Amino acid sequence: MSNTEPLAIKRVTPKNITDKELFYGHKACAGCGGSLAVRLALKVLGERTFSAFPAGCMAAVGFIYPQMAFKNNSIITTFPGVASMAAGIAAGAKALGLEDYKTVAFAGDGGTADIGFQALSGMIDRNDDVMYICYDNEAYMNTGIQKSGLTPYGTKTTTTPAGTNLPGSVTHKKNLFEIIAAHDIAYAATASIGYPQDFINKVNKAKHIKGTTFIHVYASCPTGWGTPTHTAVEIAKEAVDCGLFYLAEYEDGEFKLNKNPKEFASADEYLKKQGRFRHLTDEDIKLVTDQRDKKWERMRKQWL
Amino acid sequence: MDNSIKPQKRDFVRPQHINDYPVGPQFEAGFLAETNAGWRTFRPVVDHDKCVYCLRCYIVCPDGTIFKDNDKINVDLDYCKGCGVCAHECPKDAISMVKEEL
Ligand SMILES: Cc1ncc(C[n+]2csc(CCOP(=O)(O)OP(=O)(O)O)c2C)c(N)n1
Ligand code: SF4
Ligand code: SF4
Ligand code: SF4
Ligand SMILES: [Mg+2]
Repeated sequence: MSNTEPLAIKRVTPKNITDKELFYGHKACAGCGGSLAVRLALKVLGERTFSAFPAGCMAAVGFIYPQMAFKNNSIITTFPGVASMAAGIAAGAKALGLEDYKTVAFAGDGGTADIGFQALSGMIDRNDDVMYICYDNEAYMNTGIQKSGLTPYGTKTTTTPAGTNLPGSVTHKKNLFEIIAAHDIAYAATASIGYPQDFINKVNKAKHIKGTTFIHVYASCPTGWGTPTHTAVEIAKEAVDCGLFYLAEYEDGEFKLNKNPKEFASADEYLKKQGRFRHLTDEDIKLVTDQRDKKWERMRKQWL
Repeated sequence: MDNSIKPQKRDFVRPQHINDYPVGPQFEAGFLAETNAGWRTFRPVVDHDKCVYCLRCYIVCPDGTIFKDNDKINVDLDYCKGCGVCAHECPKDAISMVKEEL
């Protein structure tokens, strides 16, 4: 057999994915999207994975002494320090001469776009061999739903209440994916638990890349969003279908839109079925959709 | 279900002496000290005649409590929280959520 061709990455499917559950028995709320993202990613990465979790829901629900809901080697880190910890783990594993393993950091939107950003930026700059997955539930959930840099306009949180003076959050969602890409990272992607096969494919792709990789996965939170538990996957799909989130990749210096819908599903419907947006007026929603259209116009012009 | 395919709860032996505690902050991976069954008000019940084994439910379960069991899906009711995602996502309506009786 010739060895000159690079081995094609074997696709991971529901049929051939490992039967082993590596994140099991955790205490996340029923229907937690973040826990689905962690579960699927760990199944793709396998048992020989070091995973690091900063303060946040996934740390809180996974490590309740003496219970340890991870089957792989996992650790809680300081809130701002998951990227530093993961970079250290990767350096340690290399020094030990380990083979056939992966190091992954899982952090929330707050832990990534706000307080953990400096460590993350440094890690990408050094190109440490770590996969970083941000599960984005659009607020600081573990401490009771406070606004983060990834909370979208008009979201009702405990620090951005909606009332006669304010429509909830008055800032827009930070453009995290492009901020990460601007580091000229080897691989970055956005994903949604509403499109689980796409997410699995992206984790699998990043698994086979040495150096820092980044995946921003949209992950619903029934508790913080005011949505029924059974729609947890559906609502994360609808966010993409109505254009308020998007599926894209950045690779070899190029952006790629993975999904370019001819027509968006109704953003109004997506917003109104969530307690966090139910107060929005038609005017607020117009502001949200105008912003969306502007963003898509730019993405289509530059990335297609 | 063949119990070897799913993680099991284990009894926690309370440390008697400081020396019995693990050194450092770590604990044994995959150690489950209690079940989650009590969280549930509805349980998923699978109609195997309707199920086409597409594995959609298996992929989308946030708790990973759906197992492949000899080409049939099988729910671990010790850890299923009854969120209803599996039933809602099933393209064949093969899962119904049935109220738990006390
Ligand atoms: C330095 C520091 N500040 C604040 C906290 C309190 N804290 C713990 S988790 C958390 C929110 C995490 O939000 P996010 O990163 O979005 O993850 P989520 O809980 O939403 O999964 C906060 C504020 C902390 N642990 N450490
Ligand atoms: S609050 Fe939200 S993110 Fe946290 S465990 Fe519950 S559902 Fe998951
Ligand atoms: S989603 Fe429905 S049809 Fe598919 S495997 Fe599950 S129960 Fe069967
Ligand atoms: S009800 Fe929820 S936790 Fe239970 S098997 Fe279905 S998806 Fe999994
Ligand atoms: Mg969050």
